Amino acid sequence: MNVDTDQIIPKQFLKRIERKGFGQFLFYNWRFDDDGKPREDFNLNEEQYQHASILVSGKNFGCGSSREHAPWALLDYGFRIIIATSFADIFYNNCVKNGILPIALDQETISELFQKAKDGYELSVDLKKQQVNDGEGLQASFEIDPYWKEMLLNGWDEVSRTLALEDKIKLYEEKQLVGE
Amino acid sequence: MEPKTIIEKIWDKHVVHKEEGSPDLLYIDLHLVHEVTSPQAFEGLRMNNRSVRRPDLTFATMDHNVPTIARHIINDPVSKVQMEKLEENCHEFGVEIADINHPDQGIVHVIGPELGLTQPGKTIVCGDSHTSTHGAFGALAFGIGTSEVEHVLSTQTLWQSRPKTIEIRVNGRLGAGVTAKDLILAVIAKFGVNAGTGAVVEYTGEAIRKMTMEERMTVCNMSIEAGAKAGLISPDETTFSYLKGKRHVPEDFDRAVAEWQGLATDPGATYDEVLEIGADEIEPQVTWGTNPSMGSSVYARVPFPEDYEDPGDQKAIKQALAYMDLKPGTPIQTIDIQYVFIGSCTNSRLSDLRSAADIVRGRKVHEGVTALVVPGSKSVKDAAEAEGLDTIFKEAGFEWREAGCSMCLAMNDDIVPPGERCASTSNRNFEGRQGNGSRTHLVSPAMAAAAAIEGRFTDARKIKPLVV
Repeated sequence: MNVDTDQIIPKQFLKRIERKGFGQFLFYNWRFDDDGKPREDFNLNEEQYQHASILVSGKNFGCGSSREHAPWALLDYGFRIIIATSFADIFYNNCVKNGILPIALDQETISELFQKAKDGYELSVDLKKQQVNDGEGLQASFEIDPYWKEMLLNGWDEVSRTLALEDKIKLYEEKQLVGE
Repeated sequence: MEPKTIIEKIWDKHVVHKEEGSPDLLYIDLHLVHEVTSPQAFEGLRMNNRSVRRPDLTFATMDHNVPTIARHIINDPVSKVQMEKLEENCHEFGVEIADINHPDQGIVHVIGPELGLTQPGKTIVCGDSHTSTHGAFGALAFGIGTSEVEHVLSTQTLWQSRPKTIEIRVNGRLGAGVTAKDLILAVIAKFGVNAGTGAVVEYTGEAIRKMTMEERMTVCNMSIEAGAKAGLISPDETTFSYLKGKRHVPEDFDRAVAEWQGLATDPGATYDEVLEIGADEIEPQVTWGTNPSMGSSVYARVPFPEDYEDPGDQKAIKQALAYMDLKPGTPIQTIDIQYVFIGSCTNSRLSDLRSAADIVRGRKVHEGVTALVVPGSKSVKDAAEAEGLDTIFKEAGFEWREAGCSMCLAMNDDIVPPGERCASTSNRNFEGRQGNGSRTHLVSPAMAAAAAIEGRFTDARKIKPLVV
């Protein structure tokens, strides 16, 4: 629990000026030892999890720094969905804006996932129906703000969407005398 | 009219557009920019042929990466590129920048208030989670990611879901020598690192009213460590007199004050949740674990995992103590430290340096301890030097550095080596935060200074100032 963004992507890797290429540094200090060799005791390094696209964790995932490098690293590494008991606010926003679906589920379901998530385990996620299902008894529904849902389903460019409301922004600036 | 909290007042005034099934589109009054979380945002503008909508509401500085020993020696070429990129971007898009050699340079959350850019009632964002600092002025200020930085640059707005509101009521007064840092660490220890998730916090109560602006900034700064994106304090005479005469405050200051006076939470307004803490029972704090809630009084002992009921908590405590190399039951005051860092957006302002200097004056840094003072801004550094604080620190054996984020997150060369223990006035004790394998204990400036002298944690109130 309380996995912070300093662990997801340590600060020495925040110096790049691109959005790409962060996956190799994901959970760097947990994945690699001081000599840069993979640590055997970190579960992401296990063979069975090599091509996983869903990450499961505990409460308050993504707390701490606002660095968007965290979802960039998760995405670049191959994760599309993160399931946790709860998420930190800024991290949640950052995920959605990068096409990662954060799903909050209750502790019981998460515990079940931890037990079941072994070699070959598959979980399907239906964003439209807001449901997860493993076809072998685990089924749960999740909440998502309708706006974020539409955004994820349609891959909106949020800036374009907002710029379509430019008249309203102008009107606000005139009315409030912004910058006067 | 229905009584409102300051949070609701600021929110309602900034809604540009509202529609069913979507967050509110909020106008942003001030956007602060730094080198680490902005390059990809500017690149996004360039790729889409967009401009910065309001360069006049945007202000940039360099802080995370900057060297603090000599300004011109940037050893890491990648850091250098990031700083150069910010400069290029600001010039291309017409954004004012306080670069590394500029007299206004400093940690973004230190210079905003210093320059009077931070004002009551404003919505303020920055690609940095400690933007909550500016809430001390009665502003709604929160950290955002880089996609949101790009969104604000091009639209001056953000889509935001209306937050819950939490009142953290601090009853009574802090004891003599107990600081704002001790208060906020005690709040986080009591309520946990996700108490404020989904919410904006307002701090109220006598202890808060008695605080100076710099103390209030320390409190609001760490709101994010309790999970709240923003934490604020209703503005009062303390706020207005701090701002008077600052460079960027409105020309008609009295009229602005009259307006700001209406911002405070109305009597009878209600919050979604109220949390209370007694100020008088708080003692100087030291964290012993790997998140800011894992802390206690300097008189306590490192806890036993079995003290906690929840198996998840037990596991977390075990892991934290293993990382920190601490045995359960160890008295906090017997923990030796090798590094001391006085600085960061939490505790690098003039009053912080003064309180540390009061303890350091006429004494020596303990053998084997490396101690740094990194002022929050060029202006703090100049003011401290004008009153001789630099000499006090240097004579005691501290290093006196240039302004920047420095050892708080160790993106520059100021790194705590693996296995070493640091008494730090910063805000995060996460694994590896101050350097891979480093062990961080969060404390107030006075407690950090006392640790530097003693080589271990001790109650700073017991070290009386020497008359030199």
